[in-house]
Amino acid sequence: MTGTVEDAVTGTPPGLDAHLVVEREAFRLDVRLRVAPGEVLALLGPNGAGKTTALRALAGLTPLTGGRLQLDGVPLDEPGRRRRVAPERRPVGVIFQDYLLFPHLSALDNVAFGPRCQGVPKARARAEAAELLARMGLSDHAGVKPRQLSGGQAQRVALARALATGPRMLLLDEPLAALDAGARLDVRAELRRHLAAFEAVAVLVTHDPLDAMVLADRLVVIEHGTVVQEGTPAEIARRPRTDYVARLVGLNLYRGRAEGHEVAIGPELALATAEKLSGPVFVAFPPSAVALHRTRPESSARNAWRAVITGMESHGDQIRVALTGEAGGLPLAADLTTVAVAELGLETGTPVWASVKAAQTHAYPA
Amino acid sequence: MSSTATRRGPGERPGPGRSSGRRGPGRRPFGGGGVPLPLLLPALVGLAFLLLPLLALLIRAPWRGLPHQLSSPGVWQALRLSLETATSATAVSLVLGVPLAWLLARTSFPGRALVRALVTLPLVLPPVVGGVALLLALGRNGVVGRWLDSAFGITLPFTTAGVVVAEAFVAMPFLVISVEGTLRAADTRYEEAAATLGASRFTAFRRVTLPMIAPGVAAGAVLAWARALGEFGATITFAGSFPGRTQTMPLAVYLALQDDPAAAVALSLVLLAVSVAVLAGLRERWTGVGAA
Repeated sequence: MTGTVEDAVTGTPPGLDAHLVVEREAFRLDVRLRVAPGEVLALLGPNGAGKTTALRALAGLTPLTGGRLQLDGVPLDEPGRRRRVAPERRPVGVIFQDYLLFPHLSALDNVAFGPRCQGVPKARARAEAAELLARMGLSDHAGVKPRQLSGGQAQRVALARALATGPRMLLLDEPLAALDAGARLDVRAELRRHLAAFEAVAVLVTHDPLDAMVLADRLVVIEHGTVVQEGTPAEIARRPRTDYVARLVGLNLYRGRAEGHEVAIGPELALATAEKLSGPVFVAFPPSAVALHRTRPESSARNAWRAVITGMESHGDQIRVALTGEAGGLPLAADLTTVAVAELGLETGTPVWASVKAAQTHAYPA
Repeated sequence: MSSTATRRGPGERPGPGRSSGRRGPGRRPFGGGGVPLPLLLPALVGLAFLLLPLLALLIRAPWRGLPHQLSSPGVWQALRLSLETATSATAVSLVLGVPLAWLLARTSFPGRALVRALVTLPLVLPPVVGGVALLLALGRNGVVGRWLDSAFGITLPFTTAGVVVAEAFVAMPFLVISVEGTLRAADTRYEEAAATLGASRFTAFRRVTLPMIAPGVAAGAVLAWARALGEFGATITFAGSFPGRTQTMPLAVYLALQDDPAAAVALSLVLLAVSVAVLAGLRERWTGVGAA
């Protein structure tokens, strides 16, 4: 069945080529996506950013109101030309957030469901489903109803069910959100293996940066319905371009104007940086690069500012301190050792001086 | 109920002095304190009101003459006809009512609210009026009946088929309302999951939705069946009361009451027994399968 799709291709590059526009009351999704076969793309964004709407549009469950959607050169949704392929006719497999395995069917019949709908004879559909389940290490659970499966097993059945129809695009909606922390690690590693072996387009939606970075080759960050940043996991982790991404990857991020080795952030504030740049830039530094003092530090006058502690929580063997700036200072997060917190006598409401080590700041063009 | 029983230790007695904390939480949501009299009194009167007639039926039943009463072929004829027509009416209701419920629950079309209101109309319509309406529609000179007669030679009034029609007319709304409610409560994302696997809307309905709402459909079918079994007004108006053909149990009971009250009581006992048997059978089913 994949043959028909490929035959229709004439000259256009295979894979996903989409400009998704979905307009609703008080919300507009406008996202361009290109994904090559074999590539895993993650849509990362906060709740309400439009990730799930984008996924539903790709699956055909939500019609586009503008733009277009093409898979392997075949148009699937073109509102401008009033052409739309129904979800049941798209070569697309979906793994839903809570899997949505049919509760009245066994694991085997869940997997055989898709091929049966495409007219594969019952015996063959079941034989192929059994083979897929065996490949997922679930032979012993073929006859079991979904409610008797663990979270990880249910996810593998959902994956097998989605793969059984031989899709040209696999969509995963928060694939690890339904799992507890213990199962997550194993399932994530396993899902990564399966996704790496999948030869067609894969798009996953998540709000968890770790899931996105482990599972995907490329990330697209969505906020308020538009793409705010795009790149490999390493690029995004190193050079966040919005507060949301910076928070996700655990960096303090500011926008400023660079002149040589100094970036002016406010009228009275500048950070020394390792890079030499000019013009509008971002400056990012990890919370561990921040030092807190009870009195104004002597050394680098412009690299320090006044702040007030607004919260503290333990973060591994460190304490993550949240601060708001005072008198033109910057809000920021700092990681301190327990000893340092005790020695400085820090608690919520304590006024301090914050400074940043120049060697650990990283500036890049905005 | 059973949870309270298992919570209790073997030596403990559920006396009034025992702490209420040991009881199941569902029993006494507000902790201590007795039942207020303004609630208790009407509740007991209501209970008595519901049970007294049934009790009277059992007390006054001609138990000694019962074997003789029940041995008359007329009783079994009426019972058989009742069971057959009620079951047929339920089948008709299922075949037509489930799709109608789906249409009301899953699609939107202009005038849907009006259609829904019209579907429920037979619920509140006096059954006799329903019978008259059926005569005007499907009677020999009715709007459609005239055409049925001339084109196919089919006449419905005063036939067994007419009984089924009358019962289905009255019973189907129960099924439609029940199934529509179940459909609305069901998670439509399963239908979307089926669609992404290549299932057409009908396949998704048949292979995913229907099995998942089966308990609701069963409950609706039982409601419809019970309503059809007790149907009187529409049946006697549209189908008359011919023994063996259209005289169902309720009609037989009513007619017997005129000249042989003992026979009426005997027939009523049979209907009561059937109702209790159905209720008992359902309890088992609902606690076993329906709870899942």
